[in-house]
Amino acid sequence: MPDDTPLLSLEGITKDFYGTTVLRDVSFALRRGEILGLVGENGAGKTTLMRILFGMPVIAETGGFGGTVRIDGQPASFRNPFDALDAGIGMVHQEFSLIPGFTTTENIMLNREPSRRNVAVDLFGPRMATLDRPAMTARATKAIERLGVELHPDTLVSEMPVGHKQFTEIAREIDRDNVKLLVLDEPTAVLAESEAEILLASLRRLAAQGIAIIFISHRLHEVTAVADRVVVLRDGQLVKDTSAKGVEVREIAAWMVGREVDANARVRSDRKYGGPALEVEHLWVDMPGETVRDVSFTVREGEIFGIGGLAGQGKLGIPNGIMGLFAAGGTVRLHGKHVELDAPRAALDAGMAFVSEDRRGVGLLLDESLDWNIAFAAMQVKGAYLKRWLGGLFSLRDEKAMRALAEQYIELLEIKCTGHRQKAKELSGGNQQKVCLAKAFALEPNLLFVSEPTRGIDVGAKKLVLDNLRRYNRDEGTTIVMVSSELEELRAICDRVAIVDEGRIAGILPPEAPLADFGLLMAGERAAEASA
Amino acid sequence: MNKLKTAVTDFGWPRIIIFFFVVALFVAAPFVGVRVDGALSDVLARFGQNGILVLALVPMVQAGAGLNFGLPVGIIAGLLGGTLSMQFGWTGWVGFLGAVGVSLPFAVLFGWAYGLLLNKVKGEEMTIAMYVGFSMVTFFAILWLLLPYSSPNMVWGYSGSGLRTTITLDGYWTKILNNFLAVRIGRFFVFPTGLLAFFGAATGTMWLFLRSKTGTAMTAVGSNPDFARAGGVSSDRMRLVSVVVSTVFGAVGILVYQQSYGFIQLYQAPLYMAFPAVAAILLGGASVNKASMVNVLVGTFLFQAILTMTPNVINSVLQTDMSEVIRIVISNGMIIYALTRKTKVSK
Repeated sequence: MPDDTPLLSLEGITKDFYGTTVLRDVSFALRRGEILGLVGENGAGKTTLMRILFGMPVIAETGGFGGTVRIDGQPASFRNPFDALDAGIGMVHQEFSLIPGFTTTENIMLNREPSRRNVAVDLFGPRMATLDRPAMTARATKAIERLGVELHPDTLVSEMPVGHKQFTEIAREIDRDNVKLLVLDEPTAVLAESEAEILLASLRRLAAQGIAIIFISHRLHEVTAVADRVVVLRDGQLVKDTSAKGVEVREIAAWMVGREVDANARVRSDRKYGGPALEVEHLWVDMPGETVRDVSFTVREGEIFGIGGLAGQGKLGIPNGIMGLFAAGGTVRLHGKHVELDAPRAALDAGMAFVSEDRRGVGLLLDESLDWNIAFAAMQVKGAYLKRWLGGLFSLRDEKAMRALAEQYIELLEIKCTGHRQKAKELSGGNQQKVCLAKAFALEPNLLFVSEPTRGIDVGAKKLVLDNLRRYNRDEGTTIVMVSSELEELRAICDRVAIVDEGRIAGILPPEAPLADFGLLMAGERAAEASA
Repeated sequence: MNKLKTAVTDFGWPRIIIFFFVVALFVAAPFVGVRVDGALSDVLARFGQNGILVLALVPMVQAGAGLNFGLPVGIIAGLLGGTLSMQFGWTGWVGFLGAVGVSLPFAVLFGWAYGLLLNKVKGEEMTIAMYVGFSMVTFFAILWLLLPYSSPNMVWGYSGSGLRTTITLDGYWTKILNNFLAVRIGRFFVFPTGLLAFFGAATGTMWLFLRSKTGTAMTAVGSNPDFARAGGVSSDRMRLVSVVVSTVFGAVGILVYQQSYGFIQLYQAPLYMAFPAVAAILLGGASVNKASMVNVLVGTFLFQAILTMTPNVINSVLQTDMSEVIRIVISNGMIIYALTRKTKVSK
């Protein structure tokens, strides 16, 4: 086959759902061995495009799509994902679809196991064949080697770190003999930076073997690092298709949102701080995977204090411990007053609020409406949004006030929803995060902990969240402690940044300090990510 | 068409099917010699008679403690109240209200202990609850014999001690709610105003309770315990409160049931009392973790209508007594059906 026939070409792909156009005339091509970075805000049409490519039934059910998909120059129309698999397209989803109780090998080979004939096969058919375990292990090992990572074929998936799970999924896709095109939807979202590095290296290896890759990610510096070409979607249209060489993260971000993003814009001159607001001494927190061993620091009144560090080093344990969600010890004083640990209520009563990193697990009532989500904590802690009846004999939820509160924050934080009665689970990640923020703001705290406020949300929502934190700090004078894995973000918004390593604070730096200094603190050997 | 489809799905197929079945039974009734007005009167009476027992399930469902298969715990408290009130010789309104009053401390005490137990078996509440109910009923089967009751209207005639299995309320408070302000229309139809008003008041109280701060916290605990904890709410405490409230409503519920029925039934009678209540609320569209007043009202009405109408009509057609079989098939079938699709809630 001549080399200039693209492996995949999309021509004029158009799709609408019930009259709403989600993709308009999208065309691009992909050659063998090429890595294409597909970026766009949430709702830009990435997922729909991939669904079309993969022949997901939902597309046909909603009236099909316009345009042509060509594989090796031949028009292809997949009626279901199995057709796509047969045509050599593999897809790795964001959520793990692995069986926890099975080993790496068993997961990689699932439903494609090499088998041995036996008597039962002759009697009852091929479903009675026994598994050829040595052959399975051999093939799995080969797939793992192609990735260039270290995975033991006999480890149970349930006992693996998340990074290895992701590799197992990719290995499963590339084990197929005919795989030509691999689609990875946010493969690095759950990975720590070190793991993401390894993943990106494996992608390059796969590309060198002639497999084309479509790489979808919100982490733009990864896209510039690994992709040969970058395709940017915005509101269903292709706005940029360019070689990734020499492209800067900031440029891509600007194409995605259609406006200039200047994460470093900051008014630093007139920052004023009061006395100590939060004093933490010898704090330990027993939070699984994020153990805090011995942490002491002081946050000044009116300050935005950043806590960074690598995943698993204990930075998340600090707010969770102080807020009483995990067993903790040590001394915590807020405005000089002792705060009881291991008691969420005491921390809330003291005037602290917490936006948890575990949005769906701790942050939201997924099955309840937005007004409940936003007003609940304030109602329970401060007795707000209750209406007294019969001279205070009993009090009931003040639905009107709750509604007003919800509507106020929906407008203020630009929460995209159908109204205050919509259930929290129906919102997108970014909007859920805004609801979590609104919940904390409604408590009117004098100290606000924010944990991973921008994890898994798109650039536009990210900017809005950060801007709101900054504004809240400025207008209300609320002291904010922000914990984040994204150093750029901490440097952009915080007045001081502490780096946590092995459950201890390795050092506190001003945000202007060179990246290399942060990098050294993080592990002593890692260079910090080079990005805008 | 699409709208109709969504509306139907929202309302839930089982409810629609049962609803039309009930309508069909009413239509068929006159042709087999069953009086519609008499039947309707029966349905209303049984609706009010059973309603509070169904209502008692709501708080625990909302708090995430599952369907209260341990309802007999509350029923036992109610039975204690009822029998003690008779023992004291209270009659009429004093008798009924006295029974309610006496049963409350028992209900709170039993509910509190039962709640402590359920907090230790999170995730398995419904199974454990069922056995707690069974044990409680059997334990009290012994106590009914041993407790020093002496009123001649209640104890076994030949030995002079130990309560009888069935005690008539005649002369005490038979149908005291049913007859209160009852409106009689024609020979066969009676509208049990007092009974329905009492049920309405109980429903209103529950509705208000769920809208209070505690009720809101309880619902949040059922929806996401971690969220509630992060909001400063103790989930164990809320669950405990929900069990106590459920038990109290169970106690009041059985007293209302008995005054309408006219008898106090002891020993094995409370054993399976939870099942029809559970079936009714599930039929009403509740799930294992969400229930509303509408679920209670619709469910109780449909379930009782079926139980009343089916035997009347079908027996007339088949000329045999099928009532007990049909009751068991419908109530257990409904429970199985609802539990297999417990995630979906209907409005």
